[in-house]
Amino acid sequence: MTDKIIDNSAPLPTTIGEWLRAPVPTSPFQARTQQLWLKWWRLRSNASALFGLCVILAILAVAIFAPLLATHDIFEQNLAQRLMRPSAIHWLGTDELGRDIYSRLLFGARITLYIACLTAIIVAPIGLLIGTSAGYIGGWVDIVLMRIVDIFLAFPSLILALAFVAALGPGIQNAIIAISLASWPPIARLARAETLTIRKSDYISAIRLQGASPLRIILGHIVPMCMSSVVVRVTLNMAAIILTAAGLGFLGLGAQPPSPEWGTMLSSGREFMLTNWWIAAIPGCAILLTSLAFNLLGDGLRDVLDPRNG
Amino acid sequence: MNVTTDKIIETVGLTVAFGSGATSTTAVNDVSFFLDRGEAFGLIGESGCGKSTILRALAGLNPDYSGSILSGNKEVGHRRDKAFFRRVQMVFQDPYASLHPRKMVQNVLLESLIIHGFDNHQKRISAALDAVGLGSAFRYRYPHELSGGQRQRVAIARALIIEPEILLLDEPTSALDVSVQAEILNLLKTLRRERGLTYLMVTHDLAVVTHLCERIAIMHSGRILEEMTVERIRAGEVKEEYSRNFLAASIGYKPMEYAS
Repeated sequence: MTDKIIDNSAPLPTTIGEWLRAPVPTSPFQARTQQLWLKWWRLRSNASALFGLCVILAILAVAIFAPLLATHDIFEQNLAQRLMRPSAIHWLGTDELGRDIYSRLLFGARITLYIACLTAIIVAPIGLLIGTSAGYIGGWVDIVLMRIVDIFLAFPSLILALAFVAALGPGIQNAIIAISLASWPPIARLARAETLTIRKSDYISAIRLQGASPLRIILGHIVPMCMSSVVVRVTLNMAAIILTAAGLGFLGLGAQPPSPEWGTMLSSGREFMLTNWWIAAIPGCAILLTSLAFNLLGDGLRDVLDPRNG
Repeated sequence: MNVTTDKIIETVGLTVAFGSGATSTTAVNDVSFFLDRGEAFGLIGESGCGKSTILRALAGLNPDYSGSILSGNKEVGHRRDKAFFRRVQMVFQDPYASLHPRKMVQNVLLESLIIHGFDNHQKRISAALDAVGLGSAFRYRYPHELSGGQRQRVAIARALIIEPEILLLDEPTSALDVSVQAEILNLLKTLRRERGLTYLMVTHDLAVVTHLCERIAIMHSGRILEEMTVERIRAGEVKEEYSRNFLAASIGYKPMEYAS
């Protein structure tokens, strides 16, 4: 085996670059890394996706290092300094209770990312599993599952989330559950549509002829094919999830004060909108920027991950 | 028809219809044939004559057929079990569609071994790749990095790695260019000699079928018109008018006929 490899690629790779570009991969790990490397190259040429990725990474860094970056205690009230304009002491001003908006914004990033990521982690597997099973098994399984999806889709997602929060009680965890319940159906739909296009393909027939069980076919062969479009869809959905979370916070049904959730901050700034615009505008801009970044990244990922691009 | 006891696979009155009611079309109509152990049998006919449908029904991809399919003189169920797939494997027409785009060559082969509970995975994978002339350098490749001929070799390796007795070949060379076609055909020929495989090949290409098979059946609109040996086809001894036209069309332009 070894002499064959040396025949094909003259010197053994010594640097990471050579290892990544080696014409003949010598281990499964190397082969997978090479594929990722190619995708990264394709993503790099997409400026707006790269911008989205950078913004998301920046927000992630801000969320992780919030205690180091914050200048004030986010819960400390100082009524003598309420409703201050942005200044050297309070970089983004203070809110109606004299709390530093800049520090609250940093900690708010944690909550927003927490909600967005946890929802995505809950939603993607449920949607994938239900969609691919419905598409591959077909028959009455398909009918039952898709009618359930139809019922969920018939409600506007924010209203559905509102109803769940009303039933479960306000709070971040309940908001996450409610948003998840409202946002898995479109993913199930997507996964089912993808499954229908590939279930008759030769490579699925081939694995059936190998004697594979339906479970193995769905998990090992259909799910990997649906994965990329689901990843794209979830990334694009992140924006909607963040907006719904902020909306629930705004309505007082998500994170509760004094939590620095962006939607809650926006909601408390509403009363002072005309006199002290920054209290509402700053968390609003943060929501806008994060949603935009996820949308741009999702768009770029679609170009990179689409199996039709090889 | 010669009667032998060692019919490895046989169809009796196989009929496959698609659709129902007024829109129903019968793709395969009352087809009976058999394969002896170790022989290579070819089904040949124009596009849409039902030859691939027979193969899909035999393989178990289409359970909606009437008539019966016998294996070793025992009827097999419409839904096939693992033991059946262990004995009967198939190579598809289009090597660009028959390999999972996200799976490395090694994983494609490994999965078959795991499903059927084989041991010695790494050794068997190396042996299978060597047998189809690919070698270990192709082990960690993805299908999109391979040419059509290389993909078809992987597909053949996948079919053969679980050591089946019967190989169903659905026009295995028609998606490849001519020089690669010859390579794949010779590979199939060698593998059959080495392993004593039984082939059922479906094709519309007379040259391909006469190269590989000993016995050939000509199909037309869902029926087998006639069955004959390769020698008789080569000699042009056919009974049916359609077969004669088919052969003439396959052989092509013949200046001798016009000269005489």
